[in-house]
Amino acid sequence: MSLFPDLGEHAGFIWMAYGVSALVLTGLVVWIRIDARRQISLLADLEAKGIRRRSAGHTQGKKAAKEK
Amino acid sequence: MTQAEGTFNRLANPTRFMGLASTILPWLTGLTAILLVAGLYLAFFVAPEDYQQGHTVKIMFIHVPFAWLAMMGYSVIAIASIGSLIWRHPMADVAAKTAAPIGACFTLLALITGSLWGKPMWGTYWVWDARLTSVLLLFFLYLGLMALWQAIEEPSRAGRAAAILAIVGSVNIPIIKFSVDWWNTLHQPASVVKLDGPAIHSSILIPLLIMAAAFTCLFFVLHLMAMRTEVLRRRVQALRLTHVDAAGATQGARA
Repeated sequence: MSLFPDLGEHAGFIWMAYGVSALVLTGLVVWIRIDARRQISLLADLEAKGIRRRSAGHTQGKKAAKEK
Repeated sequence: MTQAEGTFNRLANPTRFMGLASTILPWLTGLTAILLVAGLYLAFFVAPEDYQQGHTVKIMFIHVPFAWLAMMGYSVIAIASIGSLIWRHPMADVAAKTAAPIGACFTLLALITGSLWGKPMWGTYWVWDARLTSVLLLFFLYLGLMALWQAIEEPSRAGRAAAILAIVGSVNIPIIKFSVDWWNTLHQPASVVKLDGPAIHSSILIPLLIMAAAFTCLFFVLHLMAMRTEVLRRRVQALRLTHVDAAGATQGARA
């Protein structure tokens, strides 16, 4: 069994269809991951500056109270 | 409140959603990978040539799932938009907004792979018939929704405008589905989802269904990831606004 099967006279169209699909979907995955990392780092920057969500602060306050 | 509504509300809470998405995503990603490898193996090494189309039938294994997902993506947006307009729930808004670029990519791929299948089989890359034109219109609807989200800065106003466009545009979905029955076209009629059962032999139908399941899982993996990012983006925006307001109040007090 060869890695690339013989796809006959229209092989170019078939490989092109699969190639373009792989390219577009990989691009979409990369874009979504980059966007996710960017938002995570922006949120971390804000939290490092002491700017937190009220609910996050509330949860942390509860945790701190329990630890005491 | 009924029990179902209570469950829906709990899941639609952004913090609960983030936890649930983190639990589901690794499993769904793994399932996507397994289905994709199995589907590609069956498509390339097991499925036979079509007696009329020869090897080009291999394009069907990606073209048909892409076309299904193009329509499913829009249906997700339309349903979320109804939720957004009626219940004004931010997670419905998030779901509608983040499905648009993913649906647009699948629609673009349905158009490209269809075109690359059309040239060797029909002798042309494109015809302006009802099926192809209505799918092109679907692609433009996706682009319109994305442009609307970009154009209006305030998320709640953008969400409302996009939801109305999405619901009005959903009339295109049955037109796409039934276009092959209502008008003359080069495109073949429905062969899988039919009242009298599929018109495809199982040796080709099974790889097709596995590929469709793989890309459907991929759609939901990407959608969950994008929804999670959108929740974070809104938290960043809200924190920045709170910070600016607090800074303004402090300066005001000093003055």
